Amino acid sequence: MATAPMHLMEVKQLGVKFKTPDGLVSAVNGISFTLDRGETLGIVGESGSGKSQSVLAMMGLLATNGQATGQVLYLGQDLISMPKADLNRIRGNRVAMIFQDPMTSLNPYLTVERQMTEVLEFHKGMSRKDARVKAVQALDAVKMPEAARRIGMYPHEFSGGMRQRVMIAMALLCEPDVLIADEPTTALDVTVQAQILILMRELQRDFGTAIVMITHDLGVVAGLCDEVMVLYGGQVMEQANADAIFYRPSHPYTAGLLAAVPRLEGGDAPMLAIPGAPPNMAKLPAGCPFTERCAMALPKCGTERPPFAPAAHDAQVLRACHLGIDDVTRNLERLKMEQGARA
Amino acid sequence: MTDALTPNQPLLAVKDLRVHFPIRGDNAWPWTPTRFLKAVDGVSFELRAGETLGIVGESGCGKSTLARALLNLVPITDGSVVWNGDEMRGASAQAWQAKRKAVQMIFQDPLASLDPRMTVAQIIGEPLRTHVPGLSNAEHNERVLAMMLRVGLTAQQINRYPHEFSGGQCQRIGIARALILKPKVVICDEPVSALDVSIQAQIINLLKELQAEMGLALIFIAHDLAVVKHISQRVMVMYLGRAMELAQKHALYDSPSHPYTQALLSAIPVPDPRVERGKSLQLLQGDLPSPINPPSGCVFRTRCPKAIAECALAVPALRVITTETQSACILS
Repeated sequence: MATAPMHLMEVKQLGVKFKTPDGLVSAVNGISFTLDRGETLGIVGESGSGKSQSVLAMMGLLATNGQATGQVLYLGQDLISMPKADLNRIRGNRVAMIFQDPMTSLNPYLTVERQMTEVLEFHKGMSRKDARVKAVQALDAVKMPEAARRIGMYPHEFSGGMRQRVMIAMALLCEPDVLIADEPTTALDVTVQAQILILMRELQRDFGTAIVMITHDLGVVAGLCDEVMVLYGGQVMEQANADAIFYRPSHPYTAGLLAAVPRLEGGDAPMLAIPGAPPNMAKLPAGCPFTERCAMALPKCGTERPPFAPAAHDAQVLRACHLGIDDVTRNLERLKMEQGARA
Repeated sequence: MTDALTPNQPLLAVKDLRVHFPIRGDNAWPWTPTRFLKAVDGVSFELRAGETLGIVGESGCGKSTLARALLNLVPITDGSVVWNGDEMRGASAQAWQAKRKAVQMIFQDPLASLDPRMTVAQIIGEPLRTHVPGLSNAEHNERVLAMMLRVGLTAQQINRYPHEFSGGQCQRIGIARALILKPKVVICDEPVSALDVSIQAQIINLLKELQAEMGLALIFIAHDLAVVKHISQRVMVMYLGRAMELAQKHALYDSPSHPYTQALLSAIPVPDPRVERGKSLQLLQGDLPSPINPPSGCVFRTRCPKAIAECALAVPALRVITTETQSACILS
């Protein structure tokens, strides 16, 4: 028996490639992380950065032209190479997922009761009657009012926030060890988003569930996540604990993203926009994918991919950039000054 | 119709505007009374030349319907809309058409609001063809090109189709189309909510630059209070078809007076772990009530943490609290 401590979940060099008419497109390129009980990992990125595809690959849910490489170890078992029958015993049971759009990910033909009891009958072998009791408890746990009555309703009879509660209750039915949430609050209003985020925090506290939270909203990450991974063009730009990401961003993209977020506090200084548009994944540059939009890029950035390695200033911070943190900070201050002078 | 503006006359004065949509149930009897969805129910405000009014609220609060009603894109049920001193309620289609030369709109979904079968040049040039028909071809092309360059598009893109552009670039095309007539007012209906954060900042900064350059007044509609803060001078908060609070920006963000504004502000996640983990939330309970059958009195009372019995009695109107703030709460 190996003595190395086994992580709840360990992802090693996960990659996703799609066969398209334009050739092989690589959507995700080598992401790695570990997750232990009660921890929360945030995966941040803009549309097309590969954040959703990476978790779909973890759950074996890629489209038919997609191909996952690398390893996704759940308690030492590789989810990617395992036969589908074995995977079906784990996903939805030990590793569960909440999808972005609560309307399209629930079956409109089935009542909430049928959709929830199905999970328990399949994974736990419960009778329909026992499953129903358990499902009502789960809806109670996500603070659904009148759960016993509403469980007989169809998805269209619920509001967006309530539907998302149904999704969360369904994901938690088997008390999973890992909960993967793909933009769970993006389709919701801010006041409802706040309710759902508090709910997730409470559930994590009560059940010790590890959460992988995918979002483009840095505010959501700040409130929920211990560890943050910043993706761009399918590659990890920076990976560190939340405090380091927010207070000492060391990658030009992370720093640029933080400067571009509209903020409630502080003055009305214009937001620092990142020029250009997200990259075409079929035509990524040979070097760092952010080169084209990076205001501080060096000549070698476009041709030579920076290694993803522990940073010189802090070994806990993993980053992929040719510049050091001091250069990034200094350049960012200069850009802010220039922008202030223009405005 | 006059375009000359007396100094104190607002560019736009909206008074008690109502937009109600009739709803007939699928299996209603012929004698069943028609019910109405009250999308906008008694909203009043003024807009002055060169200023930016932000309108915020959650989905279903009527902010988009309000924007459309201001241009007669949805029929107005009741109330008055006065553009430049001209009462537009019940005005003819020709009168509205003439007004739209000075009042343009930017829509939410950048790709869906552009005709997929028109080139960029045709899209941006269409308002010129409609409103300035006498223009020579050379001058027409020159104006289109100048506008394209101004919003950050390139001359080579002039014959491309909308699907060839990214979301941010499509929104630039929408802005160019709205601004080519040099309007006085642009109504922006969620212009950045479909865009990524880094692109959002580009578009907001562009709008601010163009506003300063052309002396535009903007009505900026968004659900994101942080975005609105960066561009507005005054902000109106809507809930279920009514205005809850209308205040100068700093008053609204520093000391919100309506309980709904307070709840909305506290619900926004702040990108700062120490603040976000330590903050106390005023959580609203429940969901938005149906606009077909809104609560009596104050529409917010069913979710309001401070509601008292009097809230159910009468509909509170916006009233002046301080010189900078108007609120529709009987407690503030």
